[in-house]
Amino acid sequence: MWYYEKKLQYPVRVSSCNPQLAKYLIEQYGGADGELSAALRYLNQRYTIPDKVVGLLTDIGTEEFAHLEMIATMVYKLTKDATPEQMKAAGLGAHYANHEHALYYENAAGSAWTATYIAAKGDPIADLYEDIAAEEKARATYQWIINLSDDPDLNDGLKYLREREIIHSQRFREAVEILKEERDRKIFF
Amino acid sequence: MFTQVKYYQPYNSPHDPCPPIRVKSYQTPPQLYIGFQPQNLQQFSPKQALYCGTLWPAFYSPYPNPDGSDDK
Repeated sequence: MWYYEKKLQYPVRVSSCNPQLAKYLIEQYGGADGELSAALRYLNQRYTIPDKVVGLLTDIGTEEFAHLEMIATMVYKLTKDATPEQMKAAGLGAHYANHEHALYYENAAGSAWTATYIAAKGDPIADLYEDIAAEEKARATYQWIINLSDDPDLNDGLKYLREREIIHSQRFREAVEILKEERDRKIFF
Repeated sequence: MFTQVKYYQPYNSPHDPCPPIRVKSYQTPPQLYIGFQPQNLQQFSPKQALYCGTLWPAFYSPYPNPDGSDDK
């Protein structure tokens, strides 16, 4: 089970009303390499991974939900007071028609989130390599969004999230090393 | 010593419905350990290489393991 702390992992500040940035940011909300995909990927794989790395998947999967909450806050702040005209000008006319100001799990191009974004092969090495790749792809996505953004306050939060992807990748790489070590060898069959 | 199969003992609850599998195995094939391939590795005969799918014994990963060590 989880305990909830009613605060964000890192403060989210947005300095300008810019719905267009929200359209790009939604990639990290409901995109293939976004935070929802990450959280669900790790919290699902953890059941069939060797015990030594179950806790790591639990912890990182949980942190991904904290990141999801930060992205949601950013998107919400960027769009909550936008007029329909502003939404249309930002390329969010179709989103407005379907969802008004509600958030939705979709990527920057408007495609709804799908479970086919996540993998669970059951082979511990294959799954951890998948996770390492996912972290690098999320890091790259943050870079591209930072390149598109001219909001320094927002970028502060995005740079924090990019750094977390780097640390998660490092921890998954360490998990692979743990699984490669020779231990718990079967003595007899 | 390097092996291509590792083992772990998953937790089993006394309330689990199926008979427990106490030891589970997973594959750790050789490419995980070698990094950039060194020069002048020992080679199989051409016929054996064709059969194995690789020219180099260092990369050969039989599955299932011929000694049965990865049996469930």
